[in-house]
Amino acid sequence: MTVQPTGQPPLAAGGAPVAGRRRTDLDDATERSVLSASDRRKPSIRFTLITVQVLVLIGLLFAGLGPLVWLLKASTSTTQDILTDPFALWPSGVQWENLWFAWTRGRIGLHLGNTVIVVIGTWIASLLVSITAAYVLSVLRPKWGPFLSGAILFTLFIPHVVSLVPLYLTILDMPGLGVSLLNTYWAVWLPAAANAFNVLVIKRFFDSLPRELFEAARIDGAGGVRILVSLVLPLSKPILAVVSLLTIVASWKDFLWPLLVLQRPDMQPISVALPRIVELYELSIGMAALFLALIVPVVLFLIFQRKFLRGVSMSGGVKG
Amino acid sequence: MIFAYFAWGPILRAFVMSVQRTNLVDPVEWVGLENFAYVLADPLLGTAVRNTLWFALLALIFGFPVPLFLAVFMAELRGRRWLYTVLAYLPVMVPPVVAILLWKTFYDPSSTGLFNAILGWLGIPPQPWLNSPEMAMPAIVLEATWAGAGSAVIIYLAALTAVRTELYEAAELDGAGIWSRVWHVTLPQMRGVILIMILLLLIGAMQVFTEPYLFTGGGPMNATVSVMLMIYNYAFLFGDYGAATALSVLLAVALGILSGAYQLATRRWSQE
Repeated sequence: MTVQPTGQPPLAAGGAPVAGRRRTDLDDATERSVLSASDRRKPSIRFTLITVQVLVLIGLLFAGLGPLVWLLKASTSTTQDILTDPFALWPSGVQWENLWFAWTRGRIGLHLGNTVIVVIGTWIASLLVSITAAYVLSVLRPKWGPFLSGAILFTLFIPHVVSLVPLYLTILDMPGLGVSLLNTYWAVWLPAAANAFNVLVIKRFFDSLPRELFEAARIDGAGGVRILVSLVLPLSKPILAVVSLLTIVASWKDFLWPLLVLQRPDMQPISVALPRIVELYELSIGMAALFLALIVPVVLFLIFQRKFLRGVSMSGGVKG
Repeated sequence: MIFAYFAWGPILRAFVMSVQRTNLVDPVEWVGLENFAYVLADPLLGTAVRNTLWFALLALIFGFPVPLFLAVFMAELRGRRWLYTVLAYLPVMVPPVVAILLWKTFYDPSSTGLFNAILGWLGIPPQPWLNSPEMAMPAIVLEATWAGAGSAVIIYLAALTAVRTELYEAAELDGAGIWSRVWHVTLPQMRGVILIMILLLLIGAMQVFTEPYLFTGGGPMNATVSVMLMIYNYAFLFGDYGAATALSVLLAVALGILSGAYQLATRRWSQE
């Protein structure tokens, strides 16, 4: 990404989300927005506001929830029913066995498991690398620190497109090691770990921690690793949560890279395997497979929606 | 800790090397600018560039105003805002592959396809959607907008909380109506975010791959071949890694020029 923050508040010291001010829906009655309290009392404005509200709600229900509900319906209908009338409600009865068929024959379970392996591995690798890198750059500050920092920053300005093919060839034949990572999960985990954005965000947070703390700990005889584990990490929970969220969501959604490096069908995560599964079976089974692939992230989102949205808007502040 | 650097090191090196690499056919050979010449002479490139720009333009037209309107509107809500936010963000949680395969079913060109059935209620004849060179790209952009709008809404909402509210008071005293308050107070204060969101949208659109790859594979009649799809085909269909790298470098340079020009063009406006 080639954008630098302009005019945006930098990541607030202490990690307090800039957007967190309006967290609860109740207390923003005291804050004003475009409409003032007197506007809200005017009947004409009230009426328009309510009308627009209802219209937008209908639109959002239609666009946001509609496709998912339809998918649930389609995944439990017969192919014939889907094809003849997409809006008919189960004219031939509910086919729960579609889901079972997709799960067993389509091996959705296996692929979901692979996705989990990919996501967790990416998460661990990426946190490990970005935390240690940020710690070295921000707290330990070796002489070659600025050089490394510049090298990391440099990668942020190069679009990922450039590295796609060379990175693939690197995976195919690791230079100097003579091994191929093709068809191993390392091929997904390691490149994802080298995420300059994560390193810089965490480094910026570490920079904002009071340095006296580190001095005090050092005087008490704590070593570098000790300071990191028992001092820095507990203090940086909020930023680590945001970085984890972004990393996990991105790796769950990733398609092109796993498609390239995980070519063995039984290793492929769900996103790579789905197009094949959908093509292989009839429409209703395909829809059932899509539904099963969808349900996990959506349910997780609905459970954690509040934390989740706060994290996303905070990351927007970081990115912007 | 040092070990982590060894994991990071090769990747960094690969990154730098990628810029210098010229050719990677079996015996590695220096061929100078031959790859670039080859890529630039490919008749498909013009089509791909046109398609990619068309995609970016459509993505901007579809994908920019809707989230902005939603965010400004949702900031006015009292009480049930979370419901709107969750609904707007829900499509973002759908993995792209699932979304694309689902929408592909929606775009079924027969008269009983989902979208055609809806059009049928309104008395509009069934459309060919992805099967027609004219409609395929807008159809793809529509899906991409649906999938991406939610996160833009959240970011705009976050930016809206930073808008200084005293100015509304002042504008109101001066007799400004609701629309002029939005236009003259809200939007100018958000222009930093808006400008960056547009740029990110454009950069993302220029690198579009998954959508055309899964929806149409570039067809019909190459109407949806994007530059990224060409890179993929060069490298992984034809095994011509040199040409693929050359094209990626060209794309990257184009992106760099785009964002540089964009920053320059909007600098005055964003600093006022």
